[in-house]
Amino acid sequence: MKIIVCIKQVPDTTEVRIDPVKGTLIREGVPSIMNPDDKAGLEAALRLKDELGAHVTVISMGPRQADTVLREALAMGADAAYLLTDPAFSGADTWATSSTLAAAIGKLDYDLIITGRQAIDGDTAQVGPEIAEHLGIPHISYCRDLKIEGDEIVVKRQFEDRYQILSAKLPALITALGEMNHPRYMTPGGIFDAYREKEVVIWSRNEVPVADGNIGLKGSPTRVVKTNPKMLKQPGTVIEAGVEESVQYVMAKLKEKYIL
Amino acid sequence: MDFNLSKEHLMAQQLFHDFAVNEVEPWAEQTDEEHRFPWEVVREMQKYGFMGIPFPKSVGGQGCDTLTYVLAVEEISKVCATTGVILSAHTSLAADAIFMHGTDQQKEQYLCPLAEGKKLGSFALTEAEAGTDAAGQQTKAVLDGEEWLINGSKIFITNAEVADIYIVFAMTDKAQGTRGISAFIIEKGTPGFSFGPPEKKLGIRGSSTCELIFENVRIPKDNLLGREGKGFGIAMSTLDGGRIGIAAQALGIAEGALEKTIRYVKERKQFKTPIAKFQNTQFSLAEMKTEIEASRWLVYNAAIKKDTSKSFSNEAAIAKLKASKVAGDVTRECVQLHGGYGYIQAFHVERMMRDAKITEIYEGTSEVMKMVISGNLLK
Ligand SMILES: Cc1cc2nc3c(=O)[nH]c(=O)nc-3n(C[C@H](O)[C@H](O)[C@H](O)COP(=O)(O)OP(=O)(O)OC[C@H]3O[C@@H](n4cnc5c(N)ncnc54)[C@H](O)[C@@H]3O)c2cc1C
Repeated sequence: MKIIVCIKQVPDTTEVRIDPVKGTLIREGVPSIMNPDDKAGLEAALRLKDELGAHVTVISMGPRQADTVLREALAMGADAAYLLTDPAFSGADTWATSSTLAAAIGKLDYDLIITGRQAIDGDTAQVGPEIAEHLGIPHISYCRDLKIEGDEIVVKRQFEDRYQILSAKLPALITALGEMNHPRYMTPGGIFDAYREKEVVIWSRNEVPVADGNIGLKGSPTRVVKTNPKMLKQPGTVIEAGVEESVQYVMAKLKEKYIL
Repeated sequence: MDFNLSKEHLMAQQLFHDFAVNEVEPWAEQTDEEHRFPWEVVREMQKYGFMGIPFPKSVGGQGCDTLTYVLAVEEISKVCATTGVILSAHTSLAADAIFMHGTDQQKEQYLCPLAEGKKLGSFALTEAEAGTDAAGQQTKAVLDGEEWLINGSKIFITNAEVADIYIVFAMTDKAQGTRGISAFIIEKGTPGFSFGPPEKKLGIRGSSTCELIFENVRIPKDNLLGREGKGFGIAMSTLDGGRIGIAAQALGIAEGALEKTIRYVKERKQFKTPIAKFQNTQFSLAEMKTEIEASRWLVYNAAIKKDTSKSFSNEAAIAKLKASKVAGDVTRECVQLHGGYGYIQAFHVERMMRDAKITEIYEGTSEVMKMVISGNLLK
């Protein structure tokens, strides 16, 4: 089985601020991370690899620095990595991004494509389904759980208050929810291999068979007119524990914050 | 000359940091308070290859290097020094002794499971009468046909009750003095091998520290590690490497205490102002940071020398002497900057202060480090 996982490098939004004048994200000094939904998608792929022996390829479109998240994916256990990077690709909206990724994926073999539900810096949730449309394969979004049955994938598709069980013939694309699993850590040896033994293959403009009108800023039909900052609420933490344990947890937190 | 960590070392450091914060720190207080071995944490470390970081893949290791191992001990000790020493004694004492001196057969049988994280290691040199004067070994090993017969006891042994594989030193020929000491590999469960009660300690309370008792313990002849009579040299050279791990533990403790203190002084208000606004606080933080950076580079230097130079004994002694002193000084100052709260368990720095002390004692006291360093100066 061959699996392709799409990964985006994003600024850690818990630390991101918005330029009050330009309305754009201030990225300087903000650490970059692997987009959390993508990481869950990668973990799902690696679990299939552990169970069924899949070959996992990770692919990203982005600047050269996105090399780091691909190495991280390799250090977690991915087998191959591709970085689509070229000034011509930059400034892409979801249409141009999905066109570029789909064209690159079209050069590779796959039975299953996994993307994250959405990137925490854009929150569109469009790129995954669009890739599937470009490639003419079925897709199932909001995957909370999955299994492979013969030549089909069976997916638990999560909504706020209910879920669906859907199946699709492979090859197919799914978009993964961050809540799907707890991604594994890298291993120290995996990190060394990622830098010393494995390779991140660079594909620039000419290696991706996509029309000029469908890439980068020029190939993007949508424009960000204005971004309005919203007061960020600290994300809550959900603790699943008994009464005794929860009370202890809360007490420890209050002490940690010097409230008690 | 390059003082920057490579990309792989930076990513490994990030991994160890995330692991320490998410998996180790939540257990640190309980580990200390209940004197409880943190099995939950150790199992996770075993799962992710942390127990074999500096060893080649051919012996079940991760194929990294001593610097990566040091980064692991450092990051983990920032939040829990008990977990730091479990990793350190396992890796740079027990496993490294077999890696440096074992036969291919011994490596396959004993080093692989240690490095793969399937088993835990321990290193037993100290005896009641043989501490700093490690040459005064009373434990005896006598060759009896195809077996060694071992009698005696070891005290203050880290990972004692929890380990599976032990490196044990014993006299094989008393008349030869230090040349009569040999090293052995002994497995838990060997008849006649038992443990004394766990020691109650000032710090690193979750680590297992016990007496090992050998009463007519018989082990195969092939479990001699290195050549007969070479045990003292094996012990000393292994301790050289171990000291780098302890220096990293000390470095981590100091950094962890400083981090907690920086947070605290920004929040704690007296005289209507955060205590961070007082120049005394600021200068104290600056001095601690400077001392920590000095020890950091000594520790990293010793780690790099272990992999690249023939001798690193002096560098290891210097790193441990400095880093352990800094850990003691910094943690005491951090308690001071916390005031009364620093003396209270929930604020962690009192634990760090108690934990720091051991780094000036085990794997050679600070006095021993000075003997090594001055010995090199005066030779
Ligand atoms: C928690 C803990 C864990 C330990 N883990 C291990 C382990 O895993 N394996 C192991 O083998 N051992 C272990 N040890 C033992 C440790 O290495 C020894 O305690 C240490 O080497 C000191 O020996 P000692 O306790 O006999 O002190 P002593 O040798 O009696 O020293 C007492 C004092 O005298 C000083 N001194 C001694 N000789 C001289 C001299 N010639 N000149 C100047 N000063 C001198 C010492 O520096 C020290 O200050 C552990 C100890 C502890 C407390």
